[in-house]
Amino acid sequence: MAVDQAPPADTHAQHLAGLDALELGGGERHRVTSQIWGRLWPIVLAVGLVLLIWQAVVWSGRWPEYVLAGPVETFGVLRERLTTAEYWEAIAVTMRRAVTGFAISVLIGLVVGALVSRIKVLRAAFGSLITGLQTMPSIAWFPLAILLFGLTESAITFVVILGATPSIANGLIAGVDYTPPILLRAGHVLGFRRLQLYRHVILPASLPSFLAGLKQGWAFAWRSLMAGEIVVIIAHQSSLGERLFFDRELADSAGLLSTMIVILVIGIGVDLLFETADNSLRRRWGLQQVRN
Amino acid sequence: MTAPLRERADSRIEGEEPTVRLDGVSKIYGQGKNSLLALDNVSLSVHPGEFVCLLGASGCGKSTLLSLVAGLDAPTAGRIDTEGHKIAMMFQEPALFPWLTVSANVEMALRVQGVAKRERQAKAAEFLEIVHLDGFGAKRPHELSGGMRQRVSLARALAQDANVLLMDEPFGALDAMTRDLLHDELERIWRERNLSVLFVTHNVREAVRLGDRVVLLSSRPGQVVEHFPVELDRPRRTDSTAVAELATTITNRLRQEVLRHGR
Ligand SMILES: Nc1ncnc2c1ncn2[C@@H]1O[C@H](COP(=O)(O)OP(=O)(O)OP(=O)(O)O)[C@@H](O)[C@H]1O
Ligand SMILES: [Mg+2]
Repeated sequence: MAVDQAPPADTHAQHLAGLDALELGGGERHRVTSQIWGRLWPIVLAVGLVLLIWQAVVWSGRWPEYVLAGPVETFGVLRERLTTAEYWEAIAVTMRRAVTGFAISVLIGLVVGALVSRIKVLRAAFGSLITGLQTMPSIAWFPLAILLFGLTESAITFVVILGATPSIANGLIAGVDYTPPILLRAGHVLGFRRLQLYRHVILPASLPSFLAGLKQGWAFAWRSLMAGEIVVIIAHQSSLGERLFFDRELADSAGLLSTMIVILVIGIGVDLLFETADNSLRRRWGLQQVRN
Repeated sequence: MTAPLRERADSRIEGEEPTVRLDGVSKIYGQGKNSLLALDNVSLSVHPGEFVCLLGASGCGKSTLLSLVAGLDAPTAGRIDTEGHKIAMMFQEPALFPWLTVSANVEMALRVQGVAKRERQAKAAEFLEIVHLDGFGAKRPHELSGGMRQRVSLARALAQDANVLLMDEPFGALDAMTRDLLHDELERIWRERNLSVLFVTHNVREAVRLGDRVVLLSSRPGQVVEHFPVELDRPRRTDSTAVAELATTITNRLRQEVLRHGR
């Protein structure tokens, strides 16, 4: 039975290398500056528009100047406040609370999410409860929190944790549920079982969903914190929420608005951090969306 | 090489115990009215060092059969015996972990075996070299082409150090040239390591190019129609006349099967 000869093995390597070089091609890289500008100009435009509307409302004279200050006055007060140490201390106190509360939420959310996603009975018992907790407005927790902890920082932290944890746990649970079956099968064939499968396949696979949960958890934590700082005023400890409260008491419109701007900027800044993390994950996993 | 192949082609040969044996295996998906008989009373053996190609039309239950052998699913009836052999599997898709680099993907197969990290990396590099992907270890799966991903998947399956290799249309989506090259690679590895291979394809020439035996499955339900021993000398070429002749014979038989369903 005559059969044609296959080419010798060492030429295979060359063939394959040649084909691979063809397939890969050079990756294009955008310049950093144009990338930043590309993302910046819509923001600049939006901010400009908001300032314009704000100024227009002030000019309309619907409210007197001491009730609704204009942008120029507000930014003047903001600049002034940002030069004082007390204001920075207030920001520091708020940020410390946010970070502590969020960190504890992440820990609890991880443990709860891992247990609930893993154990059937727990899922049946607590699955819908966690989602239910997510819809509970955090302000509704404060009466109970104040009863339990008094007018203390613990009361605030308690509510921040209750606000953030369900989202974080749910993010993890959803990630586990939506692990692509093909990866589970691959892990199984490779010999991973139970806990090992969970640790090496399921947990990493749920990272994108977990990250989305973190982002949402942060938003809830930040809202709960602001509500808490307005409701629970602690003596001798200035915070951003407390500033809002007293600015209103003193009818200091420019001060009130300047603190609101600070709160907004911090919220956006942290959100950008999460977005950056999400983008880098998408890039590494090859999950970028089609550009249209 | 011809004579021993002919012997192996007979699944009822005495002496050598088969590495994989399916005995009257049936698989029904779903229940009641919506149930589907995917496999019906399939009996099949793969002997040590044998390369068996499973051939059949799309949807005839080839992937189902491999899942059952790999233990990913349980048969509705019948027995599957793998005699405690370690089984590696390549899926129809590359099924790589997107959060890991190419090298780390291969290392996953070694992690289960408890290989230390340093050694894992060295071994993964070796396996990548076998599939001619040395130097791509630090890339992410999505940065590679489809064919390269399939090769990573092959490297990972090889790293499992199993003696049974299940492959589900591994080269189905590749261009003819890359496929030819990978056929040669696979054949070399199969010989070097004396693997028992169960290779699924719907490409008749590919089956004849690679197999010691081609097993033809019918559709709905999947049943073994016929065994075709391939007694051609290796290495074979997909475009050789001998391969083409046998492929034509098998294609005709396959066509009969399909026509039988048309009525
Ligand atoms: N999980 C499932 N649930 C229900 N039906 C299924 C399931 N998996 C497969 N089937 C059905 O079983 C039959 C065989 O499917 P299978 O994937 O094994 O075919 P195949 O021979 O591998 O086809 P292809 O060549 O297209 O890959 C098909 O009719 C399919 O619809
Ligand atoms: Mg299939």
